[in-house]
Amino acid sequence: MKKSVFFGALTVASLAAGAVAAGTMDDVKARGKLNCGVSTGLVGFAAPDANGTWNGFDVGVCRAVAAAVLGDPTAIEFVPTTGKTRFTALASGEVDMLARNTTWTFTRDVDLKFEFVGVNYYDGQGFMAPKSLGVTSAKDLDGATVCIQTGTTTELNLADFFRSNNMSYEPVPIETNAEAQQQYLSGACDVLTTDASGLAATRASFENPKDHVILPEIISKEPLGPLVRHGDNQWGDLVRWTLNALISAEELGITSANIDELAKGTNNPEINRILGTEGDLGAMLGLDKQWAYRAIKAGGNYGELFEKNIGENTPIGLARGLNAQWKDGGLIYSPPFR
Amino acid sequence: MTTLTDPPKASFRLSMLIYDSRYRSITIQVVALIGFLIGIAWLVNNTLQNLDALGKTIEFGFLKDPSGYDINQRLIEYTSRSTHARAAFVGLLNTLLVAVMGCVLATTIGVFVGVMRLSKNWLVAKVMTVYVETLRNVPVLLWIVFLMAILSETMPKLKDYKTGAANMLFGNSIAITNRGVYVPEPLFSRSLGDVTVLKGIYNDSFYFGVSLDLIAILAVFIGGLLISKLIKRRADVIQAATGDRPATWYLRLGVIVVPTLIVLILLGFHLGFPELKGFNFRGGIHMRNSLVALWIALSLYTAAFIAEIVRAGIMAISKGQTEAAAALGLRANKIMSLVVLPQALRIIFPPLISQYLNLTKNTSLAIAVGYMDITGTLGGITMNQTGRELECVLLLMLIYLVISLSISSVMNWYNERVKLTER
Ligand SMILES: N[C@@H](CCC(=O)N[C@@H](CS)C(=O)NCC(=O)O)C(=O)O
Repeated sequence: MKKSVFFGALTVASLAAGAVAAGTMDDVKARGKLNCGVSTGLVGFAAPDANGTWNGFDVGVCRAVAAAVLGDPTAIEFVPTTGKTRFTALASGEVDMLARNTTWTFTRDVDLKFEFVGVNYYDGQGFMAPKSLGVTSAKDLDGATVCIQTGTTTELNLADFFRSNNMSYEPVPIETNAEAQQQYLSGACDVLTTDASGLAATRASFENPKDHVILPEIISKEPLGPLVRHGDNQWGDLVRWTLNALISAEELGITSANIDELAKGTNNPEINRILGTEGDLGAMLGLDKQWAYRAIKAGGNYGELFEKNIGENTPIGLARGLNAQWKDGGLIYSPPFR
Repeated sequence: MTTLTDPPKASFRLSMLIYDSRYRSITIQVVALIGFLIGIAWLVNNTLQNLDALGKTIEFGFLKDPSGYDINQRLIEYTSRSTHARAAFVGLLNTLLVAVMGCVLATTIGVFVGVMRLSKNWLVAKVMTVYVETLRNVPVLLWIVFLMAILSETMPKLKDYKTGAANMLFGNSIAITNRGVYVPEPLFSRSLGDVTVLKGIYNDSFYFGVSLDLIAILAVFIGGLLISKLIKRRADVIQAATGDRPATWYLRLGVIVVPTLIVLILLGFHLGFPELKGFNFRGGIHMRNSLVALWIALSLYTAAFIAEIVRAGIMAISKGQTEAAAALGLRANKIMSLVVLPQALRIIFPPLISQYLNLTKNTSLAIAVGYMDITGTLGGITMNQTGRELECVLLLMLIYLVISLSISSVMNWYNERVKLTER
């Protein structure tokens, strides 16, 4: 453990310059593979299936980017990162981008020198407790033992929440979600806290999800989104607009089912611009005209990715809520393609 | 006065640096040193340049900012509003706590096993051999994780105490749960309070309270020890003069025990028992599983090495010593404690120091079980939340260096004192 941290620091210190110097896109093209940092395993967001293929909502973003740049949504090396190792992995150039339930905060953006390209899930921190504990509100948790993943915003929000409510608690610091689950189920802690989406995903993987309740309080804002290193604007733009393409595609009704039809040309100029039949937005990014077409085709638009991985018909069963399109009263909104 | 003139001085030529054996070794050393320094300079320069390219500088100002996170095991006051430096201090104390507890337990077990391994009883000797070989041949990290898993999976759950499926031990004084062990704590109803030292330094990062109760008890106890020594000396004098030794054991015990008891009573000493309240046991001392697992695993592991050192030390004392002592009519246990062990100690000590250092450095494996030592606070959460990897790792290395050097200098000083003065 200590070793990896130490080498991590050394890597940041001594290898970073080469990696940071602009040109991530060229590196990726030369390598023929996108290195995408994901979580160590959170069903619905990023987890390998029985065949070792990574699936999930965050993985969908990686695949769209790989499709846009390399033309192949499977040309990806997934790098599992914990809450603690993710930023070192990105800063040192071990990964080209992170798509890992990461909250956009001031310090991460400004001080850690990362660039959040957008938000793919508006979340907030919640608590989960066994039904048998008889807790109905987070305000009843005075004195409880709480499992948290270290290196997260969760850890800081938790301290603030208990402090401002004059309650005490016993934090049990944990490295990965899998470990947190095991500790929680073995009763080593009373409650588990993390992003509400993560709680839902974790609960879905339990044997008896019904025995656990997610408490009503949401104690923080957690806008989760993909991020890249500061200073390589070409790469940042590409990841940002790939995400925007997925979002706009849903808004404009481009789906993986009708995209081939629409790519022959429509009378909606914005659809045409996205799919490359009008103008040449791709060239401005340093790509061909079809980049967005491939990105959307890889796993479908934003809504499709949501429904397939974490939506109401999946075991995770998250409602769109804040993550509905702006037209439907949500916050998901892409700037225009023009 | 001699009239010998100096031989003509050979004028110095550059080639002599290589061909003249008087200079050659110096030349080689200087060249190596220059190479080494260039290497270091290159590394430092490279690091600084790359940090610069990342837009980062090396600065330690963040240590003064509030940490924002909580720590479960703290020996001193700490809240999420305390500074990162204080979080590091809390971690440092936790590191020292397991290190000291580990060294004590490892030595106890190690000496026991080492002596037992030399036992004439075949079974005992073999059991000890098995202990030593299994413990020291499996990486200590695995022992730590293994113990942690056992503790959190097999110990009674808190729920079981609520439903009555599990009961506290020793008349409701000790509770063993899968969250750790709760034991009674010493309390003083007429406490003298604490004196706080180092308050106000570096945004209140390093202050701590010293318990006056503890100081009072220790003072009386040590005073008793000294008086008891005086009594012994007087008995020695009387014995030397008259040949009769007055019986003094009750006096010697009395001057230690009675005043200490009186102070304890005056301070209103009593035990606070853990009680199940709300989510957890409250009161008492909570020894978390992470601490217990780390402590026991490190102790058992290091004890295996210490046992070997002890065995080697004892075997190094020549058999003649034992036989001579036996010829003087000493019994086996007296031979061990009066003749063999005092000599063996001198051999045992130096390698023992290095075991203590190993144990202390191995405490950084705490991170595997979430024990909040200095690697967990400064090198874990602080490093992560601030993104100051280089600063934190440098500080950590410095701190471990200082701890190790302090241990070895104290032990070396002691070693110097007990060393056989050889003529
Ligand atoms: N959004 C928070 C927390 C992120 C986080 O660690 N989430 C957990 C649970 S939602 C996770 O993804 N765990 C997966 C893993 O351990 O790899 C942050 O950015 O600090």
